[in-house]
Amino acid sequence: MNRARDLFTALMAVFLGLVAGAIFMTAIGANPFAGFFYLFRGGLMSISRIGDTLSTATTLILTGLAVAFAFRTGLFNIGVAGQMLVGGLVATMLALTIGESMPKYLFIPLVLVCSMLAGALWAGIAGLLKAAFNVHEVVATIMLNWTAFWVVDYIIPTFFKAGLETESRTILSDASMRMDWMNRLFDGSHVNFGLFVSISAVIIIAIILDKTVLGYELKAVGFNHHAAEYAGIDVARNVTLAMAISGALAGLAGATYYTGYTLNMQIGVMPTAGFDGIAVALLGANSPWGVLAAALFFGILHAGKGLMGANTSIPPEIGDTIIATIIYFAATSILFFKLFDYLKKKFKKGGQA
Amino acid sequence: MNLILDIFPYAIAYTMPLLAAALGGLYSERSGVVNIGLEGLMVMGMFVSAITIAAFEPAIAVWTLARCQARGIDIVASPAEYQAIFNHFHAMVLWIGVLAGTLGATIFSLLHAFASVTLKANQVISGTAINMIAGAITVFLARTISGSGNISIKLGFLRGDVPVLSKIPLLGRLFFSQTYATTWLVLLILVVSWLLIYRTPFGLRLRSCGEHPQTADAAGINVYRVRYIAVMLSGAMAGLAGSVMLVTYAGEFTGSVAGMGFLALAALIFGQWKPLGILGATFFFGIAATIANVAPGIPRLSSIPEWILRIFPYVVTLVALMLFSKTSQAPRASGEAFDKGKR
Repeated sequence: MNRARDLFTALMAVFLGLVAGAIFMTAIGANPFAGFFYLFRGGLMSISRIGDTLSTATTLILTGLAVAFAFRTGLFNIGVAGQMLVGGLVATMLALTIGESMPKYLFIPLVLVCSMLAGALWAGIAGLLKAAFNVHEVVATIMLNWTAFWVVDYIIPTFFKAGLETESRTILSDASMRMDWMNRLFDGSHVNFGLFVSISAVIIIAIILDKTVLGYELKAVGFNHHAAEYAGIDVARNVTLAMAISGALAGLAGATYYTGYTLNMQIGVMPTAGFDGIAVALLGANSPWGVLAAALFFGILHAGKGLMGANTSIPPEIGDTIIATIIYFAATSILFFKLFDYLKKKFKKGGQA
Repeated sequence: MNLILDIFPYAIAYTMPLLAAALGGLYSERSGVVNIGLEGLMVMGMFVSAITIAAFEPAIAVWTLARCQARGIDIVASPAEYQAIFNHFHAMVLWIGVLAGTLGATIFSLLHAFASVTLKANQVISGTAINMIAGAITVFLARTISGSGNISIKLGFLRGDVPVLSKIPLLGRLFFSQTYATTWLVLLILVVSWLLIYRTPFGLRLRSCGEHPQTADAAGINVYRVRYIAVMLSGAMAGLAGSVMLVTYAGEFTGSVAGMGFLALAALIFGQWKPLGILGATFFFGIAATIANVAPGIPRLSSIPEWILRIFPYVVTLVALMLFSKTSQAPRASGEAFDKGKR
């Protein structure tokens, strides 16, 4: 659509979200200038903090891409969290079984492929149900989220527990996505190989959407599936495929998150990054490069919370509050345009008089 | 058989918030507005209800003592009378909390109504924003108020037997024993909702706005107004659902309702957008979840792995949707913004 308009909407939403955040900080008696100072300082002040921002953004880029890709085909994939769990579970299982006895340059591609397949299959179920039986993808993916949740809840304690019943053994560095040279470069931060995976994914998805027949067909289905069908495009196939690709991206998010960032898998937790991906996609106007920018911005907010919490009385949830408000303003962006039209008219009238 | 008798009260307790939220979704979707924000509205209702009850709780003992003094009751000599008066004020505070939670979520739902009705924004995105805002801001405020992100209430509603009816053999024990007062409220609302939707002019207008808003508009119905009312009703019902969760089995606000709002959305579709279908779907979820909860302690069920029981309701829902969705009864205009200028 209109790129300039999308960019303007995003910047306006971010600006208003930050203003709302300042109002909330003031409301609880804190100094918003200090709050924002520490929030952004906490995400950017040193090379290791920038590393934290990047490692948070890694997951958000992939989940955001997953949501955005499905959106372009007119599908709302609210099941990224579940697909992340399934991809992450496969990756964790591989890392805790064969990972330590394989060379890293062979093992990481294996993990990436397997977690992509797992996520693609999981989301593909929802795609297939939509294509063949007209089951709404929102409900199907929510059901699949909880199914994945309980499967993880069973497999991790039964086969991979360490001391605690609630989490898996820690993945050794030989089998993880952490890289020694990256750790050194970023001064000990958790930034990992997933960063390259996510940036490559942005480039690949951008190419698929803009330069291939597949991308053209997917977008056509998203714009108007009746028209697409009339033009000879196989809607059912494209719907299934779009969900599968979206799930593959979510699976990658799970693999890089659990074997690169947390290094173990806890039970009883839906990964919040799955839902934050919706926010990333919306702010990024569903374009791969927009997703990248939005994920980096949200990464700063997430990484900076700690320093802000240590130096002010502001609870860390202010980050989530700002993100949520930004999404509401992005959703209601039409208001800005109406307001501008109104002001323009008023200004013109004033000029004539 | 005894097993069913034993788990029935728990299943009903679990079903009621789900039913209330799904009925909320019913109003909204029948008017043509998809409300994916049920989860967030429930969180908001639970939060407002929790802070209200927590604020009034210290006053219960004070009021009780004052009432005892006024009536000349010696609290040491007659503890039963003291307890009765205490229970009266305690229940009153809980009802105030439920009311506050309902109102709080109703006001919060205006954000969704404004975005999706007035501004014609994407309803799914607006609903997602509602979920995110509720989840973030309630914990933000709870942390400011209580230090931790949680707010707990000291004591919820007590279970009680319905007089006379609970003496009926079997049925009395299944439906009228060990019930919560809130259960009867939600069931009453179910009956009223059915009457409202199918037997009143408002219900007909509501349904017509969800099926073909342009025709409704041509017939002189104010589509915007009906949709605003419907979204606010859905906010009220979801707020009630969150509050009921708090005062029955949850007892604590922790910043989430663990996917109950989304489950309610699934029950709405599973129940094919009909009040009685929704009752069936939510009760199914209630029974299935309760069985999974108690299974490890029951010999005959403990041989089935717990995870199979846990995923059972979700898989059944998927299969059921597979079978029924081809002939879906979804409101035609659900999810579409109404534009007066478009015909």
